[in-house]
Amino acid sequence: MMALGLMCALLALALLPRFLSSPAVSNRDDVRHARLVSRIDSLLPQTQCRECGYAGCRPYAEAIARGQADIHGCPPGGVDTVRQLAQLLGRSQTHTPSITEHAPATTVAYIDESLCIGCVKCVRACPVDAILGAAGQMHTIIPNACTGCGLCLEPCPVDCITLICATGRPQWQWPRPEPRAAVTT
Amino acid sequence: MTRALHPFPGGLPLDHYMEWTCGEESLLQPLPERIVLPLLQHIGLPATPIVKVGDKVLKGQKIANASGYVSVCIHASTSGKVTDIGDYPVPHPAGITARCIVIEPDGEDRWGEIQAVDEYMSVDPKRLQDVIRDCGISGLGGAGFPAHVKINEGVEKAVDTLIINGVECEPYITCDDRLIQEKASYVVAGTRMIGHAVQAKHRVIAVESDMPAAYAALAKLVGDDIELVQVPARYPAGGEKQLIQVITGKEVPSGGLAIHIGILVQNVATAAAVYRAVTRGEPVVSRYVTVAGEVPKPRNLQVLLGTPVADCLHTCGYEPNPRHRIVLGGPMMGQHLRSTNVPITKTSNCILVQEEPGPTAELPCIRCGNCATACPIRLLPQQLYLDARTGDYDTARQHHLFDCIECGCCSYVCPSQIPLVQYYRHAKSHIAAEERRRDGADHARVRFESRNNRLAADAKDQPLPDNMHTTSANSEYVQAAVERTLARRAGATGPDEAAEPHD
Repeated sequence: MMALGLMCALLALALLPRFLSSPAVSNRDDVRHARLVSRIDSLLPQTQCRECGYAGCRPYAEAIARGQADIHGCPPGGVDTVRQLAQLLGRSQTHTPSITEHAPATTVAYIDESLCIGCVKCVRACPVDAILGAAGQMHTIIPNACTGCGLCLEPCPVDCITLICATGRPQWQWPRPEPRAAVTT
Repeated sequence: MTRALHPFPGGLPLDHYMEWTCGEESLLQPLPERIVLPLLQHIGLPATPIVKVGDKVLKGQKIANASGYVSVCIHASTSGKVTDIGDYPVPHPAGITARCIVIEPDGEDRWGEIQAVDEYMSVDPKRLQDVIRDCGISGLGGAGFPAHVKINEGVEKAVDTLIINGVECEPYITCDDRLIQEKASYVVAGTRMIGHAVQAKHRVIAVESDMPAAYAALAKLVGDDIELVQVPARYPAGGEKQLIQVITGKEVPSGGLAIHIGILVQNVATAAAVYRAVTRGEPVVSRYVTVAGEVPKPRNLQVLLGTPVADCLHTCGYEPNPRHRIVLGGPMMGQHLRSTNVPITKTSNCILVQEEPGPTAELPCIRCGNCATACPIRLLPQQLYLDARTGDYDTARQHHLFDCIECGCCSYVCPSQIPLVQYYRHAKSHIAAEERRRDGADHARVRFESRNNRLAADAKDQPLPDNMHTTSANSEYVQAAVERTLARRAGATGPDEAAEPHD
C-alpha cells in the first residue's frame, strides 16, 4: 500500500512538469522556431524561383530551420547568402558549383505581345503575381514586381516569354579602389 | 547693410587658375554634326521620349517628357531630324552607355514656337513652377537636381533666405563667372523670379572674393531687395552646405536638406535659365562650359546641349594627346572621361585637360589626421576609409558616411596618397545597391505571401476549373499558335533536319 502510494506520488511528480509546463515549453520552442525562420527568410533573395526545390523562399527557410535542407541551395543568393546563412546557423560553408561568387545579374521577364495568345498559364505560374492579364486578353509583366525567377517560361505554350536584363534599375556601382602595392625605394 | 559672414570648418586654400579664362569673352560653339541628348541629365528618373525616329524637330521643341515628380523634360537644342533613339556613350566614370535621342541638325538652328509668361509678379507661384519644369531646368551647377522640386519644397515650407550661388570654388572653372559678367541682368531678374515663386524673405546672390568683375556687374543691377555678398575664396565655399554656413551661420542637419532650415540654394546659371524660361519661354538648350588646362586656347564656350566634348576641345585648339587625360568638371570633384565622344549635358560645367599623372602608390594610413582637419563636414575620413576598406559598411554609415559631399579635400591632403573619396563613393553605392536589393526582396515577399493567402482563400471558396483559360471563340487560333510553337521547338532541337535544303 505504502509502495503503491509512493509510486503514485512519483508518477504524479514525473508527470506534473509535463502537464504544467509542457505547453509553455512547446510554445517557446515555436516562437523560437518562427523567429529563426523569419531570420533565415530575411537573408534569402525572395526571387521565389524554387531552384532550391521548395515552393518558395519561406518554405525553404522553414526547411533549413528544421534542419532538413542544406544551406547551399540558393543560386540567386550567391555566395553572400550562403555566407550569411552559415554565420547565422553555425553551419560550415562549402564550395558548390551552382553558387557563384557574384549573384547573377537581375533579370525581368518580358512577354512578346505579338506572340501571346492570352492563355493565363504564366499568370498562374507567377509566384509574386507580377503578370497582368485575363483569359483571351494580352498579358504583360509588371517589371517592378517581377523577380526574374523564370517560372513563367516553361508553362508558356507559345514561348513568348524571355528573361531580359532589368533596365531602369541602376546596375553600375563605384568599384572598390584597387589597393596598389607600396613602392619600395 | 553688410552681412556678417561665418567661417566653415576645414576646407583648403587652393590656387584658382582662373585668370586664363575669366577675362575673355565667351565663344559660341558652332553647330556639331550630330547632337546626342541623354534622357537622364539630372538627378531622378530619365525623361520619356515623345518623338519618333524620323521626326523633324525645331529648336526648343520638347522631345522628352518628365517621367514623374523628380524628373525634367528634354528639349531639342537645335532644329533637325531625329535619327535615332538608342544607347550612346554618356559622361560617366565607367564609360557606360545610356538612352539618348540623336538629332541630325539641319543647319538652320530655327526656333520652334515658345511662349512667355506675361507678368511674372502677378503669376501664381505654382504656375512659375510648371514653367520651370516644362523648360527642363535642373540645377546647372553640377549636381543637376530638378529646380522645380526644390522650389516646390520652398513653396510648401517657408523660405527665409534664397541664396543664388555664384561661388565657383573649384580651380579652373569660370563658366559662372563669365555668365554673370555677360548676363548679369538675367541672373538678377531670375533671382527676383525665384524669390517671388517661393516668397523668400531675404534674397542673396553670393560670389567669390576673387571674382571682382562679376561682382561689379551685379552690383550695378541689384536693388534693395537683393543682397550681394562676397564670400572669401576657400574651397569648398561653393558647396551648398558650406555656403549656407558662410552666409547664415546655420548648419544643415545631418541627413537633412537646406529647406529644413528655411533656405533655398540655386545656382546662378539656374537663375538665368529661370529668367529665360519665364520671360521668353526658352527652355534649357545650351550652357556655358569652361575649357581649361593643357589646351592652347583656354576659353569659355556657349555650347548647345548634346554637342560632343571633342568638338569643344577642338574649338580651343586642342589636339588629342595620349599623355593627357580629360576631366569633366573641376580638378577636385570632376570625373575622368574615357572618351571625348560624349555629349555636353546640363551638368557639364568644365572640360579640363590635365597631364596624366604617373602611377601613384597608395601607402598605408599613418593616422596623421590631416584629412580630419581638412574635412568641411567635420567627419572622420580615416575612420570612414577603414570602414569602407574592410567592408564594414554599417559602421561607415554610423560614422555619417552619407553626409560626405565628396569634395576631395581629404584625398588632396593625404600624405599617403590614398584615394579616400573613391572608397567613400564605393561604400555609398554599395550600401545603396544593398538597400535596393533588400527593398525589392521585401516587396517580393509581401506579394508572395498575399498570393498564397489569396490562393488559400480561393481554394476554400471554389476551385477554378482547369480549362477556363481558353475561350471557345478563339480556340482554333490558339491551337494554330501552339502548333507553330511546337514546330519551332522541334526545329530548334533537331537543327540538322531543319537545316536540310528542301528543293
